[in-house]
Amino acid sequence: MSDINLSADNDYEPGALLEKPKTVTRRAFFWAGWSSFWILVSLWSFSVFRYLVPRVSYEPSSIFKAGRPEEYPLGSVTLIPGRKVWIIREETGFYVMKAVCTHLSCQPQWIEKEQIFKCPCHGGRFRKNGVNFAGPPPKPLERVQVSLGDDGRLFINKDHIVDFASVLKVSASF
Amino acid sequence: MDEKKEKGEKRGNSFKKTQVYKAIFGDLLYGEFKLSSPINSLIRAVAKAMQLNPYNMSAGGRKIITYTFCLGGLSVFFFALLACTGTFLMLYYNPDVNKAYSNVEDFRYIVPFGVLIRNMHRWTAHLMVLFVSLHMLRVFLTGAYKPPRELNWIVGVFLLVLTMLASFTGYLLPWDQLAYWGVTIGCSMGENIPVIGAKGPFAVLKSGSDINAVLVGGASVGQPTLLRFYLLHAIAIPLSIVALMGYHFWRIRRAGGVSGPL
Repeated sequence: MSDINLSADNDYEPGALLEKPKTVTRRAFFWAGWSSFWILVSLWSFSVFRYLVPRVSYEPSSIFKAGRPEEYPLGSVTLIPGRKVWIIREETGFYVMKAVCTHLSCQPQWIEKEQIFKCPCHGGRFRKNGVNFAGPPPKPLERVQVSLGDDGRLFINKDHIVDFASVLKVSASF
Repeated sequence: MDEKKEKGEKRGNSFKKTQVYKAIFGDLLYGEFKLSSPINSLIRAVAKAMQLNPYNMSAGGRKIITYTFCLGGLSVFFFALLACTGTFLMLYYNPDVNKAYSNVEDFRYIVPFGVLIRNMHRWTAHLMVLFVSLHMLRVFLTGAYKPPRELNWIVGVFLLVLTMLASFTGYLLPWDQLAYWGVTIGCSMGENIPVIGAKGPFAVLKSGSDINAVLVGGASVGQPTLLRFYLLHAIAIPLSIVALMGYHFWRIRRAGGVSGPL
């Protein structure tokens, strides 16, 4: 302030502000405004896109229990309707597959008579172990993690995709 | 007889001299803008009343029906018809998984003329997709995409995509088996889109937050999907189409009306 003396004794000198290097220029002010505008726009668009995917889904949980192993007869394929999985009991043990076609996510059906899964949408075919053998599906049905819970019930975690050959072995007493 | 005829002609002529007549038809029926058929004259008259005519336009562009087959105009007509019938359908339709299918059945058994309105909406939707495609074909075959109309071609491509999306989102609303699995398939295809799809090339988003999850609003098609598709179908897409159409028509006017023979 001392450089510019606006007192009555010393009249204001035109151009005095230009000689002060720390004064905010019109150009700098323009760029500050313009960049803060675009920062705001980008933050706002992020919030809009993030808004589209909620934190919590009200759908049935992807982690659930599905009864005792002895409830599933040997060789059976059981669909759990609300969870979209099949629980399959073989001599080797249990495995759980997502009831979602690997082509375009339709729900195949288990045909007991032919012992295969058939997808109604585009005619995909899977064997009992999930291997695709006809139609458009590019890969086998996905297997998800199944384990025995502390209470002896099957504990299924759909979020955890496991290897194709993995099977839960259960004791022969069942 | 002759007197009557003369009188009639005089009356007609006097009406043609009024300002009302001139304001509507102007010099479309006389002078340099005289057109080949009454329908062409009528279209020109409507265009003039809506101030759609540019200052300068090519001679070929005046013959709308014969040259463009009015395909774009018919697409707009179908859009307007869809907006009207769609509004009537919204009176009885609820985007609720427990109600949607029975609401659609109500159009058949409970709502008077419900079958008429619903089928008008359905068939007009099919016709709009067809005519938008034919319009694109016509523009391509006549070379009407060339400068100064390149940008309008691009706007037109966006309008085509929006028309397809409107058709796709409306497909889910009856909430029957066909709709459910059709949309399951359609949204699954979204997973393979580059960048924004979880399984596509250059994917940056995970499976729970990609374009498929945004459209479906969950792990599988359900209540959130129905609501999202309803809002897209009834609000977001029509408004986008209206905005782009306005720009599309303004560009036509800027370019000097519909393109003439090249």
